[in-house]
Amino acid sequence: MEYISLIFGEVYKILFLLVPVLVSVAMVVWLDRRVWAFVQKRQGPNVVGPFGLLQSLADALKYIFKEIIIPSSSNKVIFILAPIVTMTLALVAWAVIPFSQTQVIADINVGILYLFAVSSLGVYGIIMGGWASNSKYPFLGAIRSAAQMVSYEVSIGIIIINVLLCVGSLNLNDIVVAQQNLWFVIPLFPMFVIFFISALAETNRPPFDLPEAEAELVAGYQTEYSGMMYAMFWLGEYANILLMCAMGSILFLGGWLSPIELYPFNLIPGAIWLIFKILFLFFLFALVKAIVPRYRYDQLMRLGWKIFLPLSLTWVVITASYLFYFNLLPIN
Amino acid sequence: MAHAIFFYIFSTIAIISAIMVTASKNTVHSVFFLILDFISISCLFIMIGAEFLGMIMLIVYVGAVAVLFLFVVMMLNVAQQKNQWFLSSQSSGHIPFGLIISIVIFFELIIVIGGWKYKPDLFYKVNSQLNENISNTHSLGQILYTDYIHVFQISGMILLVAMIGAIVLTFRQRDGVKKQSYIKQISRERSEGVQVVDVKTNKGVSLDD
Repeated sequence: MEYISLIFGEVYKILFLLVPVLVSVAMVVWLDRRVWAFVQKRQGPNVVGPFGLLQSLADALKYIFKEIIIPSSSNKVIFILAPIVTMTLALVAWAVIPFSQTQVIADINVGILYLFAVSSLGVYGIIMGGWASNSKYPFLGAIRSAAQMVSYEVSIGIIIINVLLCVGSLNLNDIVVAQQNLWFVIPLFPMFVIFFISALAETNRPPFDLPEAEAELVAGYQTEYSGMMYAMFWLGEYANILLMCAMGSILFLGGWLSPIELYPFNLIPGAIWLIFKILFLFFLFALVKAIVPRYRYDQLMRLGWKIFLPLSLTWVVITASYLFYFNLLPIN
Repeated sequence: MAHAIFFYIFSTIAIISAIMVTASKNTVHSVFFLILDFISISCLFIMIGAEFLGMIMLIVYVGAVAVLFLFVVMMLNVAQQKNQWFLSSQSSGHIPFGLIISIVIFFELIIVIGGWKYKPDLFYKVNSQLNENISNTHSLGQILYTDYIHVFQISGMILLVAMIGAIVLTFRQRDGVKKQSYIKQISRERSEGVQVVDVKTNKGVSLDD
């Protein structure tokens, strides 16, 4: 009996996290389109609701009432499973994101590894969708995306090692607390830049949106999807982007820490600061989408393997030797 | 109680998906079952308190190795295996070898599990050096980078050699491949690219290149 009440307590906490995440995903889509439009001197969605804020809700409503078409030659089970996998993996990772010292669903010892593992699983939704569609363009998109995400994960993993060298713990709260005096974005600035670009590639955002390059592949792995299943891919993609922004702000921008430790700023809760940092990174994501042309595929691979990987590996050596020489290694 | 329920759920999923890896006719489905197997085994790792191993299992096997498996299986286009399992004349030749290998693995497992049962100090000796207060990752690192540093380094070297070997085996120089040289492109000057010629009327112009 007490076990059941325990489960209900957890479900309550999870809902309190996931419903705001889903709503903010919808809002963030609107923000993305708006920023994109302003860069191009357009208005963007501004009709539905004040400033067009309800545009995403209207879109969601449209997707819900559209017919779901399943191609007759597709592999039906995997075809239906693919958007579910994408969506679930995008949401499941939020369990370890700390919004303050105590506001976290699962404060586990290996938090950063969990985040990394879940984001590396994200490729399966795309691969499953592309393969199960049994069609040329989705398959090509899926293959591209698999190669791209695996390559950029490597550099993200090595960047995480850089941060962990300075922290000495895999716990996300410890990583945030270690930045009390100095955010890691200052000593590890080159790593922050590489992390940002790799996060763009990891979430298939422009300029690395080759899996869904509309000029070559129609819509890549989403070509055969319609209605709510397409919307789930879409929501999962944006939830993943927000997650990457959250990861970036925890690793480099001090997570829930306040930037200024002075009187009026101390009163603002840590969750608000984290949300501000996530939104700032997302704003950069949206700007990049508007101002950068798409990469060619071989350039993408070259950037990942020949530039980012050696650079971040070298930086690991530099960080480790610096910490060792000045006796700053976090030994507990 | 709850712990036991979760253990049985995950181990049942692991065993069933392991059987399905070999039993399913569609090779892509086999890989998906393999992934399910990896995931449930990493859940079991986490349940016995080895959270670092569980996460590394997810990152390395599910995040990288299984993706490459899927890649190969999809690219080779062997999705539909037409012949019947065990029944066709082609594949029945492999049965004796398969049986021998599985018997060997079975006896190895019996030795390992039997040793655990009858000589428990063999296993707990290593455990006793660990401190209960420090985390899983920390204690693993402390053993790996102190007592077993040479073994660790040598296994790293073996992996590096295997990687270089794979690259050497698959690398081949092909003719007629046009490569883009970034340095050449960037260092191009206007004087090399453009040539201004005075064209005379009715004479035309001849460029030598």
